[in-house]
Amino acid sequence: MKTKLDEINRNVYNIKNKDDYEYKIKKGLTPEIIKEISKQKNDPEWMKEFRLKALETYNKLEMPTWGPDLSMLNMDEIATYVRPKSKMTGNWDDVPEDIKNTFDKLGIPEAEKKSLAGVGAQYDSEVVYHSMKNELISQGVIYTDMETAVREYPDIVKAHFMKCVPLTDHKFVALHGAVWSGGSFVYVPKGIKVEIPLQSYFRLNSPESGQFEHTLIIVDEGASLHFIEGCSAPKYNKVNLHAGCVELYVKDNAYLRYSTIENWSKNMLNLNTKRAIVGKNAKIDWVSGSFGSKISMLYPMSILNGEGARTEYTGISFAGKGQNLDTGFKVIHNNKNTSSLINSKSISKNGGTATYRALVRINEVAKGSKCNVNCESLMLDDISRSDTIPVNDIKTDDVEFSHEAKIGKISDKSIFYLMSRGLSEEDAKGMIVRGFADPISKELPIEYAAEMNNLINLELERKYRIKKGMSK
Amino acid sequence: MSLLEIKDLYVNVEEKEILKGIDLKINKGEVHVIMGPNGSGKSTTANAILNNPAYKKIKGSILFDGADITNLKTDEIARKGIFMSFQLPEEIPGITVSNFLRFAKNKITGKPIKIFEFKNELKKHMEELGIKPEYSERYLNVGFSGGEKKKNEILQLLTLNPKLAILDETDSGLDVDSVNIVSKGIEMFKNKENAILIITHNTKILHALKVDYVHVLVNGKIVKTGTGSLAQEIEETGYKSFK
Repeated sequence: MKTKLDEINRNVYNIKNKDDYEYKIKKGLTPEIIKEISKQKNDPEWMKEFRLKALETYNKLEMPTWGPDLSMLNMDEIATYVRPKSKMTGNWDDVPEDIKNTFDKLGIPEAEKKSLAGVGAQYDSEVVYHSMKNELISQGVIYTDMETAVREYPDIVKAHFMKCVPLTDHKFVALHGAVWSGGSFVYVPKGIKVEIPLQSYFRLNSPESGQFEHTLIIVDEGASLHFIEGCSAPKYNKVNLHAGCVELYVKDNAYLRYSTIENWSKNMLNLNTKRAIVGKNAKIDWVSGSFGSKISMLYPMSILNGEGARTEYTGISFAGKGQNLDTGFKVIHNNKNTSSLINSKSISKNGGTATYRALVRINEVAKGSKCNVNCESLMLDDISRSDTIPVNDIKTDDVEFSHEAKIGKISDKSIFYLMSRGLSEEDAKGMIVRGFADPISKELPIEYAAEMNNLINLELERKYRIKKGMSK
Repeated sequence: MSLLEIKDLYVNVEEKEILKGIDLKINKGEVHVIMGPNGSGKSTTANAILNNPAYKKIKGSILFDGADITNLKTDEIARKGIFMSFQLPEEIPGITVSNFLRFAKNKITGKPIKIFEFKNELKKHMEELGIKPEYSERYLNVGFSGGEKKKNEILQLLTLNPKLAILDETDSGLDVDSVNIVSKGIEMFKNKENAILIITHNTKILHALKVDYVHVLVNGKIVKTGTGSLAQEIEETGYKSFK
């Protein structure tokens, strides 16, 4: 905890640039529109065919019948492709002024100088900047935008693209397959340890549009990587959609840490799909902070395919007024002696709904496996909601499995105790909430821990402003 | 002028009348004890002074340093210089003892806290109270034993250095050694400029402390006030004679 908190300015996330694009596709979804996107993006023939097949799949699949109500989403009102007035560059100076300013204010190039090995920045549908330290290039590490990967590494891409997350998985994955654009591609060769993190930042500026970036990461045998993903958008009154897809391949004995701080604006539907396939004695750690969006349906998944494969998930979500954050984790134990450790926390306030929805499947082959699940929810008032919906499907007796769930309200006794030590009610609540989130903060890179702290403060402050009748 | 003056105080808890007209004056340099059987209103008195919202004041007033604090918020009362050691201190995960106390001291004094000086002072007090050094980096009261929580309350008392310390059942549930350490801590705190109000239903802690006044609280009223010897009397005969 910081004794003195920095001045927080929500405006940095809310900077709204003029909707000034080079090209914006017509709203809606038809084969013609998909073909046009494909043409605009200079797709190879196989990708165009893939997109059209995805659209067919999309049309066949039903909307999810469970979870938050998505009826406000009308795909006829969403432009699925918006190309900014900028070409992809490896030189920050070449990024157009207004876009550069936005990222500057979000601290993106600053973070690169300080603590990152490489940075990618996406604005609307296209990546505008990508760079990586030379040292990594000489080690054979590839970090580039997804379009470049499709062009330059077609064999690797074809072998992995939407193989981890198949088109038939759910309707929004099929949508993603049809209209995907942007995102990052990372390949870490065998045995290479990337010591400092790579980071991609996704910014959606254009109203009534969607962002559908595709992230494909392959960490080859014995290699390791920390990848950080950040996302934000300014607030509009109309619905925006984010349906990205993250596919992670962690090969035998490899290690990947995937951290996300998501701070979409409160008009965003965040229907993101993230999944990892984990090899023998390999490990993936997920760290996930969900703060923004109107609705989130986000359930990262680890498929532990190799013997001794491991995964940890550390996640926090903060649902405020008008937000329905339906998040959780899925794990499939598919081999002997695999293990998973799941730590989930949620905070809801001011009428927000936070749901933990999870799946643990331990297949019959997965003898000697372990799974520990801990989820805790904190409600800051009587009008907020918190639910826990775990599904545990365990097909062998030779496992260690534990599940603990705690749902609680912020305690008046704790507030009184802290106030008796001179803390105002706001300070006391802030301290309790930050304390609740502390185990997650510790897992984040320091700048992100600070950002998460700021976001928590921001959320709490907003509440007090409303309480005091000073809300705009 | 008294440091604390309670006038004709009536307090309800969940619509039930608990305090039925309490009068109490405490001057600087004095040690007062409120004794009484379970349910007589001892803890209610302490909570009412700190204006715990769960305790509703029906009538009466509380003055501190001459100012009316009856309806101030708990944190405002704390900043005026009243501290309460809790019978059951709350566990607050995610904030270390050291960070918490530094934050609280900053709020109480309104001044920036010099880290080095603060850490040294904290270390000294922890040694005096026999608290292991690693406890300063543990989350506040989380996983502490009953005795460790009580010692931690006294550590907070010494760090925040209020004008009035209210000790609510600080001696309950402690073994003899811990009672001695806690008493030593209270003795260290005590000086001519501050005052102590001890709330207890037994007399263990009183053996180690010089007490100026003992008030016997029965059924929401102070039925007798005397000197330290009154505690002795109660230890021998109990509260029967006051009912």
